[in-house]
Amino acid sequence: MSKIDYKAIGLKVGLEIHQQIESSHKLFCNCPPDLIEEEHVVLVRRLRPTRSEVGDVDPAALFEWRRGRYYEYESPLNTSCLVEADEEPPHPLNREALVVALAVARSLGSYIPDEIYVMRKIVIDGSNTSGFQRTALVAIGGAIEVNGKIIPIETICLEEDAARKIGEEGLKVKYRLDRLGIPLIELATAPVIESPEEAREVALAIGRLLRLTGRVKRGLGTIRQDLNISIAGGAKTEIKGVQRLELIPKVVHYEVLRQLRLIELRRELLKRDLSKDSITYNPVDLTSKLARSSSKILRRAVESGGVILGIKIPKMKGLLGFELMPGRRFGTELADYARFWAGVSGIIHSDELPGYGITGEEVNVVYETLNADPSIDAFIIVADIREKALKALSTIVDRIRVAFDGVPEETRAANEDGTTRYMRPRPGAARMYPETDIPPVKVTDELISEADKIKPEPLNVKLERLISKYGLSRELALEVLMDIRLDLIESLIEKYHERVQPSIIASIFVVTLRGLRGKGLDIEIITDKHLEEIVSYIAEGLIAKEASELILEEIAKNPQLTVREAIEKLGLRAVSEAEAEAVIDEIIREYIEEVKKRGLKATSLIIGKAMGKLRGKIDGRRVAEIAREKIEKIIGEHKT
Amino acid sequence: MDYYGYRGFIARILSSLGLEPGDYVRIIKSNGLVIEGILLPRYSLVDEPILVVKLKNGYNIGIRVDESDVLEKIGRVERGSPGAPVPLAESIEVGDKHVFILGCGGTVASRIDYETGAVKPYISPEELTLSIPELLKYASIDAEQLFSILSEDMKPWMWSKIIDETAKIISRGYDGIVITHGTDTMSYTSAALSFAFHRGLPVPVAMTGSQRSSDRPSSDASFNLVAATLVASNAPFAEVTVVMHGESSDTYALAHRGVRIRKMHTSRRDAFHSINARPLARVWPYDNRIEILDWNFRKRGDYSLAVDNGFDEKVAYIKHYPGPIAEIIDILVDKGFHGIVIEGTGFGHVSSDAIESIRRAVESGVPVVVASQTLFGRVNLNVYSTGRKMLEAGVIPVEDMLPEVAYVKLSWVLARTRDLKDVRVMMQANIAGEMSLRHDLNLYPRWVYE
Ligand SMILES: [Zn+2]
Repeated sequence: MSKIDYKAIGLKVGLEIHQQIESSHKLFCNCPPDLIEEEHVVLVRRLRPTRSEVGDVDPAALFEWRRGRYYEYESPLNTSCLVEADEEPPHPLNREALVVALAVARSLGSYIPDEIYVMRKIVIDGSNTSGFQRTALVAIGGAIEVNGKIIPIETICLEEDAARKIGEEGLKVKYRLDRLGIPLIELATAPVIESPEEAREVALAIGRLLRLTGRVKRGLGTIRQDLNISIAGGAKTEIKGVQRLELIPKVVHYEVLRQLRLIELRRELLKRDLSKDSITYNPVDLTSKLARSSSKILRRAVESGGVILGIKIPKMKGLLGFELMPGRRFGTELADYARFWAGVSGIIHSDELPGYGITGEEVNVVYETLNADPSIDAFIIVADIREKALKALSTIVDRIRVAFDGVPEETRAANEDGTTRYMRPRPGAARMYPETDIPPVKVTDELISEADKIKPEPLNVKLERLISKYGLSRELALEVLMDIRLDLIESLIEKYHERVQPSIIASIFVVTLRGLRGKGLDIEIITDKHLEEIVSYIAEGLIAKEASELILEEIAKNPQLTVREAIEKLGLRAVSEAEAEAVIDEIIREYIEEVKKRGLKATSLIIGKAMGKLRGKIDGRRVAEIAREKIEKIIGEHKT
Repeated sequence: MDYYGYRGFIARILSSLGLEPGDYVRIIKSNGLVIEGILLPRYSLVDEPILVVKLKNGYNIGIRVDESDVLEKIGRVERGSPGAPVPLAESIEVGDKHVFILGCGGTVASRIDYETGAVKPYISPEELTLSIPELLKYASIDAEQLFSILSEDMKPWMWSKIIDETAKIISRGYDGIVITHGTDTMSYTSAALSFAFHRGLPVPVAMTGSQRSSDRPSSDASFNLVAATLVASNAPFAEVTVVMHGESSDTYALAHRGVRIRKMHTSRRDAFHSINARPLARVWPYDNRIEILDWNFRKRGDYSLAVDNGFDEKVAYIKHYPGPIAEIIDILVDKGFHGIVIEGTGFGHVSSDAIESIRRAVESGVPVVVASQTLFGRVNLNVYSTGRKMLEAGVIPVEDMLPEVAYVKLSWVLARTRDLKDVRVMMQANIAGEMSLRHDLNLYPRWVYE
């Protein structure tokens, strides 16, 4: 990452963390909150924009509606019911989930109102069958301390997760209903974070706090981070759906870069003596000129009844290719806008030509037809049915004009590499009204005392307990506190500490698992169940503690294996003392000459050979002890 | 004292400060906590000193206040006038038919006040067509709200009012009428209209409603209304129908004959089913398509307008159950009811100890009509001796007629004659398609178990 003085440019980041809660059922119905591949029925629905008191509608919603967007829902029969299908009113708010949210609020010192109201927040991208997300404010205020800095919490909400998007074909968007209704806790910080790394650390600290309730889901997709990012002279950008913690610093950095570059682009536009008025919507039909082009994109569009439209962008040569983030140019932004607002598959701009099968000759023809100067002007081509192509070009003109103001307020989606793409305009005031099907929940003393039972204890208290009660070294205990599976480590130590040394359990996580990640293995797919089984096998003496690494490596490579299968595949069944002695006896017999010649100095050789056959099947220290005893005995006999 | 749902000292404080819903309020708790938001009315029936406030972020919360807390009024929500709704379609070619939409309950289009959560209906034709522009594809629209009542509050005198109004509208020359209605009692009203217009309905009357309220994006109200408008403007049949979702998806609606319909689910979009009959047609509102399923209908324009309005309001409708049914019948007769419809068990039976009560009813001039609580299938009082005794006592079995329809029909018949013999003839005659003498094997639902 290039060096940017984030403080100097006024970087302000706020986090919104969405964490799935572990519960016996969903937030507003009795379906299990699980994602399972299973048989489903299919529903087809449309969502009509709703109106507010002042007669207005959400422009993005109106646009989707006019286009004829419709939604196809897969309703798995065991994990979704009439409630998710919007065919039955919601059941009362899941009390278990509410207790988890209250516990988090209590540990952050937030204010909890006396009555909690479930609201309907209008969301009409189809991800909620009802057209709104049900959400309730559970607490306001509070704070978390991260590296000595107080990070204020703004709100804690309890809400339903959205349906899983599984695809898009033309006007149809496909969703699956299993995820819809899984309880989520949403926690928003104040925008006080001042560096990309701090954003990651705050997210980590909040994630850890949530996991410490022991009542949240873990694993990819169970926690999602949204980021609000702004810099001085830029604009507030909302970035949705960052699933991996490690990506956060990159996302923040790239967004800062993008805003800085947009500000730079603005300067460049002004320097070229351009103004909003210079960018005019003047589409020209290029179909006849380019119909015989060797470009597949153009030909296909024309063959399926489309047209090729072009527009001149005066004095902007080079600026459409102006890089905003690695691999993403101003032209890419324009294309994303055109895709969203006009539903075209893409655009072609002059800074990437010749290319896409369009020859230099054809580029000149376009310049000529558009009455443009190839040395200073730029142009954009869209090939699609006329209506869509016109809409795309007018959208593009509007977006270029906005570049004269600098950075627009947008909602963006995170890409896998940490860059982001335009998603939709930032929504205005939340369109929210009460969910009249659910009575308000009175926050009783019983609810609060239930919450206090699972309220996470402060980290320093936990640290001391790990050291004094379970005998972990301070270093190891600190590592455990930082580990993403802290809650699991704790519960395993508590359950097994009489039969397996707590430091051994801790090491499986902070040494073995991290080592495997270092080797490039995906340790995310190793489940809590896998890990607990390994510890229980060690406790029962069925495997040696050394076996855990081999087993975990095998499972990371073949996640469909159970622990038992991995043990069998690796031949790691623990051997008895007698079996181990027999193996060592045989090795000593093989190397008897060495032993006789070098005496005790041969011990390490014998241990090494023995470990080759016994690794993971019996405690290594025991192998060494047996080998030493046997060699001493032989030497003794030899001497006499 | 009740002040926008607040009671006790809160009501006193609020009214003394002149604080009303829509005002910005500041609450300073005795522990120093300050909360600001818009005051909302309190709808909860639980009497607690809790103030309901909408915060700036849009969420509502309830805050307990006691007499040591400070309340302040800090302003009022500035609200512009509602203004015209934004049209949902860019432009639309208006169909050449004319349809009248008569509102009799149930809200088909509405706007939400995000500040207070109130949902206000759109009623005027302009508002309706801006909100649901697809209506115009099929017809130009006139509209009027006759009632705005809850489905469960519907009464027979209101059927009469709807029938009079409908007749008036038809005489003004529309191509069809759409009547919006709450879904819970829609089948009673549709049956009432069917009997009242049985001699002369020149154009279709399509009743419709919604199972999901119109304030939500997923509401079925507009889909159903467009489908009903398609039926009213273009269907080849001139009958009273109920037009509602045909399946859970927004694909097609079904037009059911008004005397054969029953709401069979509390909440699903496709709650309405024709019982012991096929729907008249399948209707695709997005594709301008009507697929006829039952060709045995009265054609548009075959009849000129004729109305037989009027219902007897003293008719009882009871369900037989393993309890003191004889006593109930006696009470009804003693109370001077003009007729009784009994939903009998299975083939239509009542317990043998009730037969004497039935005999007494009939002898005192109160007709006793019998339908079945199984809904599907036909009443038959010849199979068992109880049934034969019931016949001998003078009950009027009504074949495969739905019990609710039998109730509406008896109310209508009794408004025309109280003569038991005439009542029997009319009840057992097929007047508006309410009964049939033949059921094929497919006329029965099956559930999917896998
Ligand atoms: Zn469910």
